[in-house]
Amino acid sequence: MDSETDMVRQIRALDSDMQTLVYENYNKFISATDTIRKMKNDFRKMEDEMDRLATNMAVITDFSARISATLQDRHERITKLAGVHALLRKLQFLFELPSRLTKCVELGAYGQAMRYQGRAQAVLQQYQHLPSFRAIQDDCQVITARLAQQLRQRFREGGSGAPEQAECVELLLALGEPAEELCEEFLAHARGRLEEELTSLEAELGPSPPAPDVLEFTDHGGSGFVGGLCQVAAAYQELFAAQGPAGAERLAAFARELGSRYFALVETATISYILTLTDEQFLVQDQFPVTPVSTLCAEARETARRLLTHYVKVQGLVISQMLRKSVETRDWLSTLEPRNVRAVMKRVVEDTTAIDVQVGLLYEEGVRKAQSSDSSKRTFSVYSSSRQQGRYAPSYTPSAPMDTNLLSNIQKLFSERIDVFSPVEFNKVSVLTGIIKISLKTLLECVRLRTFGRFGLQQVQVDCHFLQLYLWRFVADEELVHLLLDEVVASAALRCPDPVPMEPSVVEVICERG
Amino acid sequence: MWPHRGISLQAPILPEKEGEIHIIDFDDENNIINKNVLLHQAGEIWHISASPADRGVLATCYNRTSDSKVLTCAAVWRMPKELESGSHESPDDSSSTAQTLELLCHLDNTAHSNMACVVWEPMGDGKKIISLADNHILLWDLQESSSQAVLASSASLGGKGQLKFTSGRWSPHHNCTQVATANDTTLRGWDTRSMSQIYCIENAHGQLVRDLDFNPNKQYYLASCGDDCKVKFWDTRNVTEPVKTLEEHSHWVWNVRYNHSHDQLVLTGSSDSRVILSNMVSISSEPFGHLVDDDDISDQEDHRSEEKSKEPLQDNVIATYEEHEDSVYAVDWSSADPWLFASLSYDGRLVINRVPRALKYHILL
Repeated sequence: MDSETDMVRQIRALDSDMQTLVYENYNKFISATDTIRKMKNDFRKMEDEMDRLATNMAVITDFSARISATLQDRHERITKLAGVHALLRKLQFLFELPSRLTKCVELGAYGQAMRYQGRAQAVLQQYQHLPSFRAIQDDCQVITARLAQQLRQRFREGGSGAPEQAECVELLLALGEPAEELCEEFLAHARGRLEEELTSLEAELGPSPPAPDVLEFTDHGGSGFVGGLCQVAAAYQELFAAQGPAGAERLAAFARELGSRYFALVETATISYILTLTDEQFLVQDQFPVTPVSTLCAEARETARRLLTHYVKVQGLVISQMLRKSVETRDWLSTLEPRNVRAVMKRVVEDTTAIDVQVGLLYEEGVRKAQSSDSSKRTFSVYSSSRQQGRYAPSYTPSAPMDTNLLSNIQKLFSERIDVFSPVEFNKVSVLTGIIKISLKTLLECVRLRTFGRFGLQQVQVDCHFLQLYLWRFVADEELVHLLLDEVVASAALRCPDPVPMEPSVVEVICERG
Repeated sequence: MWPHRGISLQAPILPEKEGEIHIIDFDDENNIINKNVLLHQAGEIWHISASPADRGVLATCYNRTSDSKVLTCAAVWRMPKELESGSHESPDDSSSTAQTLELLCHLDNTAHSNMACVVWEPMGDGKKIISLADNHILLWDLQESSSQAVLASSASLGGKGQLKFTSGRWSPHHNCTQVATANDTTLRGWDTRSMSQIYCIENAHGQLVRDLDFNPNKQYYLASCGDDCKVKFWDTRNVTEPVKTLEEHSHWVWNVRYNHSHDQLVLTGSSDSRVILSNMVSISSEPFGHLVDDDDISDQEDHRSEEKSKEPLQDNVIATYEEHEDSVYAVDWSSADPWLFASLSYDGRLVINRVPRALKYHILL
């Protein structure tokens, strides 16, 4: 009985649920129908309005056609009159041109004169044959010549500051003066001005005991000389942009020369300042022979060089240790077929890039030998050519191993010997070349001390190709990187009893993936 | 390496099953070189040294490849009789059958792992030999005409990490009871009677120490060279600082050798492909040059010896030899002619050179 009542209750609940569902949906259906009816009505209304619009448009079109028809000929006449008016205005300008030009030249508004001249030039050229125009053109030419002469004179005097000079030059160029001469003169004037600055700076430094306050000196130098130089350079580039590389070179030489003199002065100033400081601090009397400033300058330079060489050695050592550990601790005989580049090589490339950025902050790029376009696709020619000699077959004649290396030896004779710790220049490329040379040489020596299985050799091949892809852009001479890496792979091949190198295409695929 | 009259042994390194020893015979009167090849069938050779007593006996460390493991072992061998004295005939076509070394005994290293190098007792009767294996020094007694090697005593290097000996030398002084070894950047001296450490030079070089050599005339002096491109000279009585440092090379220095008679001549070979002969007069046994005894002076010589300056001569680099195109891995002096030396580079080039004549006369007179 209990279960029956329970079921009845449940049935009733279900019933009521069903009813509510139906009611809800019913409401929705009703509202949907209503909406649709409303939409139908609206559309009907819109249709009516559209029809009305169409009829109105037709009426309007009709009207406008009639209006344009009536006004047609008036319209033509008015255009003609407007054209004549413009023409007359231009003619007036032309007739007034000589007087206007003269006024401009007197006032010294050369720019404006040039502009007027430019505007009129083409027209005058075209109508030369008409006598009246001819007269005007002659007048203008005379005045322009006078203008040019005045400009030249002003330019030659060179007394004016840089912006006026720039303007003069610009105008002279527009007038068609030979650009080369202008270049030279401009630079000469600039040089004169800047040399004045330099001499005044030198005079400050002079032999007199009271050395200038360093801050004042740098301030003076900075604003006076450097500012002037920058201005000159900017103006030059703007003006003579069309000159091309020859012009740019001249500017570069000019800047370099003056710049180096300036830096020498700065160097001397700094050292003198240090000297005065020490004098003050330590109360040194004149009894002891005091080191002259020039010696100290030379010593400072020497120390800078030593510091840089040491930096290269230290950084080279860091990367070398990484490479050495990676070669010494790996079991090369039982390694598996290489699927990707070893993590340590990627680390090496990352570190080298970081050093590149770091050094790049301080030093300029430096000189690099021209790069070939396919430098990243170079194959290991040394190894492949020595392979063509046939693998070393165990025989009693000990000259066999020499034959397989013959080509590589001959190549070594003709290529330059690589000096691993050669002196380092003060530019980024030289520093990085030094570091990379040290690291690769370490890799080479470590590789020569291990024995490789076939897959070990292939792993070395993949790693070296990867390094070649990324390291060539840091060095002065990319041949160097190629040579060292070829040597690494060749040495590894010699240390392998079963040398089967990987296909170059597979090597490239693996490196690209890495 | 160069043990006896005009003969040098050269072993090319190739990871083949068999190694070879090339015996180069240099006739210095006629400047002729002859070559003979011996087969070393046990494996490729990494280290070779000749017995000071018996010309025909030598010891090698070689690689034996088994499965995918490489093990370095050591053994003592004898050369065929006819090659001992060296032939001075012009070489026939080298297709004549190469001869084989006769194995005398193994230096059994099953208890230890890779043998790094083997050194004979200098001045001895060829009965004692020391081998360095990983971090152990093993002293062997060769018995019954070298047909059996018995381990007499051993010492090992304690400490954390994997310590490995890289090279060693037997000092010719102190009755041949001292041995010096190099492991990583440390040099140690050992007493062979008790197999205990005598001295220790920590951080001898900034990087790995590659080779060392004892001064044949001055008891406590030794030279070491390493991967920091430097050659340092030490007095073992005072190991805090080197007596002298040379930094002429621009890459790792693999070998340093004193001349056997005139210890101011020091030879170094490096992987920058150069061999440098230096004159280290100030720390040699004759820093003031050759002095004449007072008793022997006649009147004329009296004046001459007084004129001779009493200042120590300057150290300098005598010559840099750049005939090699690749790294130089071994240099050595001839024991027959003290003015002759040889150097060997990676590409198999063996170069034999002499000390410049001017210097030779300067030293002798």
